[in-house]
Amino acid sequence: MEKTMTEDKNQVVGSEAMDGQRDKEHIREDLELSAQLGESDSWEDKLKTMVRQNKLAAFSAVILFLIFLAAVFAPVVAPYDHLAQSLTDRLQDPSAAHLLGTDELGRDVLSRIIYGARISLTIGLVPTLISMAIGTVLGLCAGFYGGKVDFIIMRLADVMLAFPSLLLAMVVMYTMGGGLINIFIALSLVNWAGTARIVRSQTLSLKEKEFVEAARSIGVKKWTIMFRHILPNCLPSLIVLFTLNIPSAILSEASLSFLGIGAQPPSASWGLMAVRGKKYLFSEPWLSIAPSAAIMIVVMAFNFLGDGLRDVLDPYLKEQ
Amino acid sequence: MLNKVLKRIVISIPVLIGVVLAIFIMLRIVPGDPVTTMMGEHVNPAVIEKISREMGLDQPMIVQFFKYVFNALRGDFGTSYRLNRNVTQIILDAFPNTVKLSLMAAAVAWLIGIVAGIVAAVRQNKLLDRMFMGCALMGVSMPVFMTALILQYVFAFKLKWFPVSGYDSWKAMVLPAIALGWNSAGSIARMTRSNLVEVMQNDFIRTARAKGLREKGVIIRHALKNAMLPVVTMMALQFSSMLSGAVLTESVFGVPGIGRLAVNGIETRDMPLLQGTVVFTTILIIIGNLIADLLYNVLDPRIREGA
Repeated sequence: MEKTMTEDKNQVVGSEAMDGQRDKEHIREDLELSAQLGESDSWEDKLKTMVRQNKLAAFSAVILFLIFLAAVFAPVVAPYDHLAQSLTDRLQDPSAAHLLGTDELGRDVLSRIIYGARISLTIGLVPTLISMAIGTVLGLCAGFYGGKVDFIIMRLADVMLAFPSLLLAMVVMYTMGGGLINIFIALSLVNWAGTARIVRSQTLSLKEKEFVEAARSIGVKKWTIMFRHILPNCLPSLIVLFTLNIPSAILSEASLSFLGIGAQPPSASWGLMAVRGKKYLFSEPWLSIAPSAAIMIVVMAFNFLGDGLRDVLDPYLKEQ
Repeated sequence: MLNKVLKRIVISIPVLIGVVLAIFIMLRIVPGDPVTTMMGEHVNPAVIEKISREMGLDQPMIVQFFKYVFNALRGDFGTSYRLNRNVTQIILDAFPNTVKLSLMAAAVAWLIGIVAGIVAAVRQNKLLDRMFMGCALMGVSMPVFMTALILQYVFAFKLKWFPVSGYDSWKAMVLPAIALGWNSAGSIARMTRSNLVEVMQNDFIRTARAKGLREKGVIIRHALKNAMLPVVTMMALQFSSMLSGAVLTESVFGVPGIGRLAVNGIETRDMPLLQGTVVFTTILIIIGNLIADLLYNVLDPRIREGA
């Protein structure tokens, strides 16, 4: 997705000068109009609109893409091995050799942050994807079948939503023990209820539409209607929701690791780095501030991107 | 109206039971015998069996569950494995600290959030608006522990305005309260702004302006009243989430609140303690959400009078 957006950005650079002359009121009106017309715009057009109108969202996409690259190519990008200890170099101030200094075991903080991006991005993307897949299937079933199925699924969702998500994750961590893999599982299982609610409400309105009735009348199977006809129409909301759910998963991992019940040493998890640096807060503040700032940047970028995507893809989601 | 309130209360009872059941089951699918986990591997099996019987862990799970619910209804959450004290008592000792922290945090969040939101809306798309909304987004995106650590470094260590940790004086609670309230302040500011901007486009605002009311009056008497409805609900929701979100702040500033208990429960594998804290907090949150919901009904005349 980042790739198409950077490509789009190149294409619209030329038209930007013209658009710059139109005042903001006009652009807003256009946006509202295109939101009303909704369906008629292609995905590409919508992303172009976002890049044009929401520079911050586009910029965030670029930043995230760069962080993603850094995470994938961490061994190449990182100046040092993130696990290599050097007790003679411990707790060094930031310098040319160590841009963000070294930690209490003499490990290069910048390298650890780069490797930590792997953990945060994986935790942000994969469990969110899994929990949203669960939520989507349950929401589709609840909305489409209605009746008892709907009742049971939605009461289950009510119970899940009643939990504060951090506490729920903590309970799961108690059961399964600490460690990144278990956070991975905990976050996959815990966060499906919000998605289920939104997909259900969209399914409820979509299943009354003519195209579903048409599909039904020619005898298309229920599952095919659900996944081929209704699901694609939920996609814009799901993409926005996905982008906005990623930061909360990243924050959950960081929080659990910060509390000492998540990632275990010597993992380069940002939350774990922050809590280990806390001991040296008053002498070497960057030890905990640098990884925390990394979390903030990634979370903020996803939030900006999510807001931007929501404005163009799904203006109605804001109401929910 | 009364009917509706009752109905809403009745609806939340199954959720309450569901939540307790869910916690109960989740904590009991732990691999291995809880008593063995607690006492260690090398304890005489006879001793383990005796303790299991004393704790009622040898009975079927459904019996245990009903016993637990029955005792919980009488305010008894069982006995902590490690501290050998009544869990209810432990929670009641820690709870005032969390409440104090959450109340102060809520005050911070509401004050900063609403004022910043109003200013931003009034100066829409001007520099001040951009600045405030930028800060609000940063507030929403910052991990709680980062806010806490920065506050601790700047205001406790560098400027020495506040103590580094502690919880006995109100001064010691200021930094934890700001740390905890910061996130909520961000979301409240964003919501206040967007609602106010939307309300300001209504016809009745134009009427109020046309009849010669000063802008201040228009905003305070006409716009704000309408814009604040959803914000009030959100504020109530934020408060209940603070009660549970306090765990990170408590751990940075060393406040012995409910959140610390839950973490202790996990670290020392003290199941009754963890179970008690989670059940207690979740019930509080469900009640908080219920109040938020009812508040919305009471405050919004369209809902109050209608249906």
